[in-house]
Amino acid sequence: MSNVMIKSGLLTLLAIAVLWVPALVRAGDSLLPSVPEAQRRVSETQGCVEPTADMRRNHMKYILHQRDETMHEGIRTKQFSLEECIDCHVSSAPDAPRVSSDKHFCNSCHTYAAVNIDCFECHADRPLAKPGKLSMTPASPSARLQTDENPVAVPPGDDRQLATEGLNHD
Amino acid sequence: MTDNAPTDISRRRFLGGTATTVAGMVAPGVLLHEVAQARPADEPVSSTVRWGMLIDTNKCAQGCSECVDACAREHGLTGHGRPQTDAQWIRKVDLRDKQTGYTQTLPLLCQHCEHPPCVDVCPTGASFRRADGIVLVDKHICIGCRYCMMACPYKARSFVHETLEDQLPDSPRGKGTVESCNFCVVRVDTGRTPACVEACTAENHNAMVFGDMNDPASDISRQLKQYESRQIRANLELNTGVRYRGI
Repeated sequence: MSNVMIKSGLLTLLAIAVLWVPALVRAGDSLLPSVPEAQRRVSETQGCVEPTADMRRNHMKYILHQRDETMHEGIRTKQFSLEECIDCHVSSAPDAPRVSSDKHFCNSCHTYAAVNIDCFECHADRPLAKPGKLSMTPASPSARLQTDENPVAVPPGDDRQLATEGLNHD
Repeated sequence: MTDNAPTDISRRRFLGGTATTVAGMVAPGVLLHEVAQARPADEPVSSTVRWGMLIDTNKCAQGCSECVDACAREHGLTGHGRPQTDAQWIRKVDLRDKQTGYTQTLPLLCQHCEHPPCVDVCPTGASFRRADGIVLVDKHICIGCRYCMMACPYKARSFVHETLEDQLPDSPRGKGTVESCNFCVVRVDTGRTPACVEACTAENHNAMVFGDMNDPASDISRQLKQYESRQIRANLELNTGVRYRGI
């Protein structure tokens, strides 16, 4: 195959790709992941235990690091604990989506990214229904994890440890 | 976790023909004043602590399976009605002296050895002993080869044969991995006692004592010093973390 043919072939593919993008955007509702909101926010200025963009890119590294420390050294800090992730991001309601569904917080993105996770073959994919376990700010209907706008009023005396100790705010 | 049927083992075979007295043989000459009961969550475990359990078989009631049931509840161990393969972290064993017919009963669980054979044979490093003496399986690394099950002299380990659902948050378990008693490690790390000990005490049998064998002031250390106790299969020199009185 000559170079000219390869180049023209590539150009055709590129053109198809460029033309296809608007189609994807139009169909955004069905193709892009619809991530469920967290149950609560870590602080009034920040949704998750690290800035959302950082969590999206690096959550697997944080969880893996914590995994080894917890398993082998018994370190049970809560910031990057998988159990805490689930406690906050998944509802304990009996009818809440399980990890097999793409409505589950973890699976909503992982289905989109075509990444299979096997965490939940052993770990619980939803929190135990424990009344009074909420230690962080409950999310109000207006509080969105993704935008970090509309800060939620902080009840006095609430546990602010995660929010105030050396965490970057977005 | 349905196999509570007593296992008939000859007393002589069970003890491995050894009569080594090991009372008070906990790190002689070591005096430790720090008690790590309330270790902060961000601090790694250290070898200044050695968790251990003392079981008084004279107080262990015939037919009682509170410890076994508490373990099943704590870790979500549900059986499939197949006693041969269902997971079993702690079981009641009945011993009978063939000559006199004298019987006694005791709970048998992972003995949390100082020199665990399961760790020796593990090809991946999944089976390991934590600095504070608790022997665990890192199921992230376990490939399910079951060498450890064959190496364990106490038959303390189980293999998960079935796909599991609705595991408990503090007790992740999964198909294709080996598991055993973990001394309720999450409880211990947060300053509580294992579920079996709690259940035995709640029943007012008080046959099980849990504590730091390195701390001379702990209840377990005082009892080990005061009374005769034994390791099962002491001849293997594994220096077990679980000791028995009355056998």
